[in-house]
Amino acid sequence: MADNIKIKVENLYKIFGPHPKKALKLLSDGIDKETIFDKTKTTVGVQNASFEIHTGEIFVIMGLSGSGKSTIVRMINRLIKPTSGKVLIDGKDVVQMDEDELVKIRRKKMGMVFQSFALMPHMTVLQNAAFGLELDGIDVKTREARALKALEQVGLETWANSKPNELSGGMQQRVGLARGLAVDPDILLMDEAFSALDPLIRTEMQDELLKLQEKEKRTIVFISHDLDEAMRIGDRIAIMEGGRVVQIGTPEDILQNPANDYVRAFFRGVDPTNILSAGDIAVKTQVTVINHPGKGARAALQRLAGYDRDYGYVLDNNRRYLGVVSTDSLRALIDKKGDTKDITKAFLSMVTARNSSDSMQEILPDITEVPCPLPIVDDEGVYIGVISRNLFLETLHRSEINTDEHEMVQ
Amino acid sequence: MNFFSFEEKLIPLDEWVQTFVDWLVYNYRDVFQTIKAPIEVCLKSFEWLFNAMPPLVMIILLAIAAWRYAGKKTAIFTVVSFLLIGYLGLWDETMTTLAMVISSVFFCALVGIPLGIMAGRSERFELFLRPALDAMQTIPPFVYLVPVVMLFSIGTVSGILATIVFALPPIVRLTNLGIRQVHPELIEAALAFGATSGQVLRRVQFPLALPSIMAGLNQTLMMALSMVVIAALIGAGGLGNPVVQGLNTLEIGLASIGGLAIVLLAMVLDRITQGFGKK
Ligand SMILES: Nc1ncnc2c1ncn2[C@@H]1O[C@H](COP(=O)(O)OP(=O)(O)OP(=O)(O)O)[C@@H](O)[C@H]1O
Ligand SMILES: [Mg+2]
Repeated sequence: MADNIKIKVENLYKIFGPHPKKALKLLSDGIDKETIFDKTKTTVGVQNASFEIHTGEIFVIMGLSGSGKSTIVRMINRLIKPTSGKVLIDGKDVVQMDEDELVKIRRKKMGMVFQSFALMPHMTVLQNAAFGLELDGIDVKTREARALKALEQVGLETWANSKPNELSGGMQQRVGLARGLAVDPDILLMDEAFSALDPLIRTEMQDELLKLQEKEKRTIVFISHDLDEAMRIGDRIAIMEGGRVVQIGTPEDILQNPANDYVRAFFRGVDPTNILSAGDIAVKTQVTVINHPGKGARAALQRLAGYDRDYGYVLDNNRRYLGVVSTDSLRALIDKKGDTKDITKAFLSMVTARNSSDSMQEILPDITEVPCPLPIVDDEGVYIGVISRNLFLETLHRSEINTDEHEMVQ
Repeated sequence: MNFFSFEEKLIPLDEWVQTFVDWLVYNYRDVFQTIKAPIEVCLKSFEWLFNAMPPLVMIILLAIAAWRYAGKKTAIFTVVSFLLIGYLGLWDETMTTLAMVISSVFFCALVGIPLGIMAGRSERFELFLRPALDAMQTIPPFVYLVPVVMLFSIGTVSGILATIVFALPPIVRLTNLGIRQVHPELIEAALAFGATSGQVLRRVQFPLALPSIMAGLNQTLMMALSMVVIAALIGAGGLGNPVVQGLNTLEIGLASIGGLAIVLLAMVLDRITQGFGKK
C-alpha cells in the first residue's frame, strides 16, 4: 500500500520563538510545553507529529484553538518551515527543498483554501480564480478558460467579472475553492475553510466539496474545529491536542474508542445515533442464501435448519440483496405445493433493506418494526450485513458509557 | 578644570563638521557635480516644455486633469486660479516653480518608493531607515542649505536637492505603511499558490499599497511646494523669488502676490493628486 500514500509526515516539530534548539532539547528531556514557554519564551506549535495521508482521501485535522492545526497544514506546503522532521509528498521531502523546487511543487501540486477567503480585492472573481495559473506563467486565454471552468464547478460563472467584495461570504469562499481547483492540484489544503460561514451555507459547501470529490478524487487535508463537519466529510480524522496528534482514525473508530479524555470531550453532547451510520455497525452474523436456479425453498430451509436460524437473507450471484425469508414463510411455500423453486414468493413483505449511509436515528423505526435483524445494503444494493435490536441498543449504550466516564473525570 | 561649569567648549563639533564638508568639497566636488546632471536634465526638460507651451494649452490641460481626477468644481477652480496667476504677471515664475516641484517629486518617487518598499518588506531595513527619516523631517532646512550650496553651487538644481531632502520622508513612510497594511493572509495565499517574492510584490503588495503610495505622493508634493521660498534663497528662482525679494525690500505687495500664487498652485495640485489615489 506504500504507493497509496500521498503525504507522509514524520516526527514533525515546529517551535516558534528565539531558541528552537533549546526547546527541542527540553522537549526530548520530557519537559512540557508550558514550562518550556516559561523558561525560554518559545512556543511549541507542533511536537512529534507523524501520520500518513492516503491518495484521494479527505483527512480532517481537528483540535481546539491553538492546538497546532494551522501550523501543521502550513508545514505541508512550507508556508511555515518545520524546526525538524520530514514532510514527504510523493516521497519527496518538502523540508529539504530549495526555493525553486518549493515554488514548483506549490504551483503544480497544491491548492489552498483559507478561513478568511484571502481573495485579492483588486482583482475580479475570474482573475482571482486564475491567480494560481497566472503565477505559473500560463497565458491569459488558457488560464481564464480554466478559471471559468473552475467557477462553473462552484456555480459562479456569471459572477466572473465582479469584484470579490460584491459577493456574499459563501460565494467568496466558492471563489476561494475555485482558485484552488483551477490549478488542478493533487492536494487541496483547507484551513477552516468553512468556519466563517453560517451553518446552512456551511453544510451546503460541505456537500459541494463531497460532490466535487466524487467526480475527481483529490487528496484533501481539511482543518476543522467542528466535530459535525469532521464527521460529515472526513474519511479519517486526526485529533490534535497541545501540538501533539493524539489520535488518528475513521470517525467511527474515534467515536467508539476515544484515546483519552480530550478526545472524549469533543464528543460530549454528540448524539451517537446521528454520527454512526448503519454501515458502521452492521454485522455479518446471519445466514445468507444465494439464489440461483436449481436451489429452491427446500434447500434454503435445510440451510437455515442446519445453522439453527429463523431467518435467511437471499442474495443474487453478485451478492446483491433480494429479500428475507423465514423458516415459517418457507414452510408455507412448500405446503402450498406450488413451484417451490421460486424462493422470492417466500419473501417477508414488511422488510426492506436500508442503505449503509443512513444514520442510526433514521433506521430506528425500522429496527423496532421488523421481526428480523434489519438488512443493510450499500449504494449498489450489495448486502453488507444486518443490525439486530440488541446490537443497536448495545451501540447506544457503549457511547453513553464513554460520555459518562468523561463527566466523572471532570 | 571644572567639567560642569560649561564655560568652555570641550567638543568642537562645529569645527569637525566644517572640516569634513571642506574636505568633501575639495576632494569630491566633481562627483557631486555629476550627481547634478540627471536632475538638471529633468528640470530643464520640464521647464522647456512648460515655457514652450502656450499658456492657454497649459490651462486647458490642467483643467482636463482636474476634471478627470477631482470633478467639475475643481476644474473651474483651476481655470480661474491660473487665469488669475497670469493676470498677476507671474506666469513664467509659476511655470518654473511647477517644473521644479514636479522634478523634485519625480526624484522623491524614484528614490522614496523603492526605499519604502524595502522598509515595508524588511524589519531590519525599517529599523535602519527610521532614524534617517526622523532626522530629515526635524532638521531645519536652513541647516543643510549651506552644505548643499557648497557642494552643488547656487541655482535651481541645488534648490531641488534641498527640496528632495525635505520632501522625501512622507512618500517613504506612506509606501512602507501601504506595504505593511496588506493583509498577511493575502501574502500567504499568493505564496501558497507558488508566488515568488517578486510576484508577491508586483501582484499583491504593490497594487494594494497604491492608494497609500498616492497619498504619500500628494504629501511629498505639498512639502515640495512649501520649500519654494526657502529654495529661492539659494537661487532656485520661480515663485519664491517675488516673496524673497519682497521680504528684502519690504515690498509687502510683491511678497503677497507671490504667496498667493504659491497657495493657488498648491490647492490645484493637491486636489488633482488626491484624486489619483482614489481612481
Ligand atoms: N508565528 C507565530 N509565532 C509564535 N507563536 C505562534 C505563531 N503561530 C502560531 N503560534 C502558536 O503556536 C500554537 C499553534 O497555533 P496554530 O495557529 O497552529 O493553532 P490552531 O490549532 O490553528 O488554532 P486556531 O483554531 O485558533 O486557528 C499556538 O500556541 C500559537 O500561539
Ligand atoms: Mg488555525
